[in-house]
Amino acid sequence: MLSRILSNDFPRSRVLTVLLLLVLLALAATPFVFPGVKALNVAAKVLVFIVLVASFDLLLGFTGIVSFAHTMFFGIGAYGIAVATTRLGPTWEALALGLLCALLLSLLLALLVGLFSLRVRAIFFAMITLAVASAFLTLASQLSDITGGEDGLTFKVPELLSPSFELMEQPLLGVTLDGRLLCYYLLFAAALLLFLTMLRIVNSPFGRVLQAIRENEFRAEAIGYRVVVYRTLSSVLSALFACVAGAMLALWLRYNGPDTSLSFEVMMDVLLIVVIGGMGTIYGAAIGSVLFLVAQSYLQDLLRLGSEAAVSLPWLAALLSPDRWLLWLGVLFVLSVYFFPTGVVGRLRARAAGAKA
Amino acid sequence: MYDPLFLVIASEARQSSGHGLPRFARNDKSLMNRLDFDWKPLALVPLLAVGVLPFIGSGSTWLTLTVAGLAMGMIIFIIASGLTLIFGLMDVLNFGHGVFIALGAFVATTVLGLMADWTGSPELWRNLLAVFAAMLVAMAVSGAVGLAFERFIVRPVYGQHLKQILITMGGMIIGEELIKVIWGPQQIALPLPEALRGSLLLGDSAIEKYRVLAVLVGAAVFALLAWTLSRTKIGLLIRAGVQDREMVEALGYRIRRLFVGVFVVGSALAGLGGVMWGLYQQNVVPQMGAQVNVLIFIVIIIGGLGSTGGALMGALLVGLMANYTGFLLPKVALFSNIALMVGILLWRPQGVYPVANR
Amino acid sequence: MSDVLLKLAGVHTHIGAYHILHGVELLVPRGQLTMLLGRNGAGKTTTLRTIMGLWHASQGSIRFGERDVTLLATPEIASLGIAYVPESMGIFSDLSVKENMLLAARSARRVSQIDDARLKWIFSLFPAVEKFWNHPAGKLSGGQKQMLAVARAIVEPRELLIVDEPSKGLAPAIINNMIDAFAELKATGTTILLVEQNINFAKRLGDSVAVMDNGRVVHAGSMQALADDEELQHQLLGLAI
Repeated sequence: MLSRILSNDFPRSRVLTVLLLLVLLALAATPFVFPGVKALNVAAKVLVFIVLVASFDLLLGFTGIVSFAHTMFFGIGAYGIAVATTRLGPTWEALALGLLCALLLSLLLALLVGLFSLRVRAIFFAMITLAVASAFLTLASQLSDITGGEDGLTFKVPELLSPSFELMEQPLLGVTLDGRLLCYYLLFAAALLLFLTMLRIVNSPFGRVLQAIRENEFRAEAIGYRVVVYRTLSSVLSALFACVAGAMLALWLRYNGPDTSLSFEVMMDVLLIVVIGGMGTIYGAAIGSVLFLVAQSYLQDLLRLGSEAAVSLPWLAALLSPDRWLLWLGVLFVLSVYFFPTGVVGRLRARAAGAKA
Repeated sequence: MYDPLFLVIASEARQSSGHGLPRFARNDKSLMNRLDFDWKPLALVPLLAVGVLPFIGSGSTWLTLTVAGLAMGMIIFIIASGLTLIFGLMDVLNFGHGVFIALGAFVATTVLGLMADWTGSPELWRNLLAVFAAMLVAMAVSGAVGLAFERFIVRPVYGQHLKQILITMGGMIIGEELIKVIWGPQQIALPLPEALRGSLLLGDSAIEKYRVLAVLVGAAVFALLAWTLSRTKIGLLIRAGVQDREMVEALGYRIRRLFVGVFVVGSALAGLGGVMWGLYQQNVVPQMGAQVNVLIFIVIIIGGLGSTGGALMGALLVGLMANYTGFLLPKVALFSNIALMVGILLWRPQGVYPVANR
Repeated sequence: MSDVLLKLAGVHTHIGAYHILHGVELLVPRGQLTMLLGRNGAGKTTTLRTIMGLWHASQGSIRFGERDVTLLATPEIASLGIAYVPESMGIFSDLSVKENMLLAARSARRVSQIDDARLKWIFSLFPAVEKFWNHPAGKLSGGQKQMLAVARAIVEPRELLIVDEPSKGLAPAIINNMIDAFAELKATGTTILLVEQNINFAKRLGDSVAVMDNGRVVHAGSMQALADDEELQHQLLGLAI
């Protein structure tokens, strides 16, 4: 039963299994175990990123395609929800319509991008996607009538999910059962479902062919697999998942702007997580997202302490300033690429395999 | 498709070849060299410039825009030339090239700030000296950082494209943050020196003095690069290495040593470009590296990875396009570059002058 | 001065997961032309590339003269005096013929510094090189490119010439040209290691011969002995020389 849910792709390492269980339990119980708005926000963001990064892993880790336009689909999903609820009011129909339109748009764009990737060499493609992503970001800022421009769109969500809604009068285990909680569990369910789906996809025959193509495209074509079809399909799937992740984000934040979902920072975060977590594992997305987002949120506090402690050495204080947290993340990133090329998951699995051998 | 600029220069050299082989230097009537090179992309620049004239209407506006476009193009070329050579020769994708641009620009703010009395002076030669001083210092600093970048960030991942992309991007983030640490996160003004402000009047058109300078500097850089690449043995090694690195090694040359040199020069050129870009915009922001990066990539994609001539074509096209569309269709201006890139790729999927191997 | 210029002992080469060379033993005598024969896929090109350091031997040793060159980098091996003409010729098609030659002349900074007499000799062997001196090398025909590739290898005197199938894809008349050129080269005392499928090369030029099969040298000896023994020829090569 378990093997069917996990599509026969077990963690294959005791440490990893424990970690994953911890993550699952922590995320499931966050509202009750970690009180406060900040913790809930971080947890929600983790859920969104797990889906987003897993979708990127599908593209990069399994198919071997480097695309910087991934956040474009993330943004489309977020804007889909934002625009729909702003225009049509905070109803479930609006959400459904927004999501549907976003998915369709993502499908189309992913098709275009995927097919284009086959006409040009991989390096070209990576650079072009960078240009396209930057253009899309500008586009979003420009079309202010639709997207709210630089300021973005703030909107309401259906009553069931809004903070003012109360499921029960008295709190359960010290936590008010309001719309936010429901929203969080909606996200949780969605994230779990999507994660398992992606796990199923990469462990299916389709997923195997993708890996074969990643290893040796020429050979795969020679054996008889139409590489065009597989790669395009992979691009489309990964884009659709990213789109849903965007919708999840917008639903939670009740706001979306160009910087929230389309910025270069988000792309870098995704890259960082996929590298630290472990490419080509899907589990890496889960571990990586937790590590990264927890660090990001609390790193600034840590830096602030350090900066205050180093007040006598101004250059050190400047280096440790909480505003410079990206610097340290960047250093961590570079170090990970060197020393953890297979990521946390890869390392743990290698250790487990080594121990058995 | 042969990169015509070197053939053109090579055929010039043919006339003056002094080796004791005079027979064919004078008797070779074959027009192969002259007609055989790929002239179509060269025609794009004048085609664009001329084609746009009827839309603009006024000749003087056209002249102003064209000079602005050429100036911008030249500055972009200075930056892009380094990147395309680095990729062509070393097969290294430096997604962090932008960090050298920003570094150069910020160094210039410091240098010009220190030389405020020279930049404030109305005498042109003092201004020029201050600017050149800033350029030299910026190039030196960028080159030095480039050396460290190559050693610690790039060298460990030679041959692994994915890791290169990731690591060089990481390097750029680190660089950008370090710039913020040293100079602060806000934008800094970089005003033009006194005598370089304002415009020259040519009939009805106003041509900004600084832009003329930019075109001159860009042309000088191009000339120097072209000369080095086509007339010196090192240039020969670079051109051969871009084509077939393995064979150059099999001929007995330690091409890895050349890599470092090319990387440093490429980074220094980016620094120079940064100074010029900063002066063109008259301000600098720490994010400028990332912003210009995208533009540079578009240029070398258009030009063909590894081709200096292609980079020049691409840069001029991009510069002109940006200025023409900025005037004619401002809303579209930002996408004009992408449209240009897509158009060129549909015509030639590897860019206008792709380098033979790879 | 030892008799043997190049010696391979127990050389194994792996390319990725593929084990191509299984303990190659090869002796290349100084001053002679050694033919390396064998069917396609026997490992001849791999052997040459391993000697040049383009692929590294996973086991065994390669000695050039007195030096052990097994683990040296390609530029170092080449600068010891070995010229290599690969199967793909390695012509820089964007560069002119002149520039190709200049590149191969390590000691020359400009064309004028290349030894005049030597250049004239090369022109006499390969007239096409002179004819297309200023043209892009990519414009040459297949046969002319082959000649350029060999011309490049001899623009400066080298101790050892390693040539991989110089006659591949050439018309018979041009092949004869090539054989003449190698005969003249041999006469200058250059040691040559030649991989060839063309039998005429073997008959006219070969002093020693080594036959490879399945990544090993299965026969080594004088060309004369092989030429005299028809049965051996059939057995090793499947045809008579």
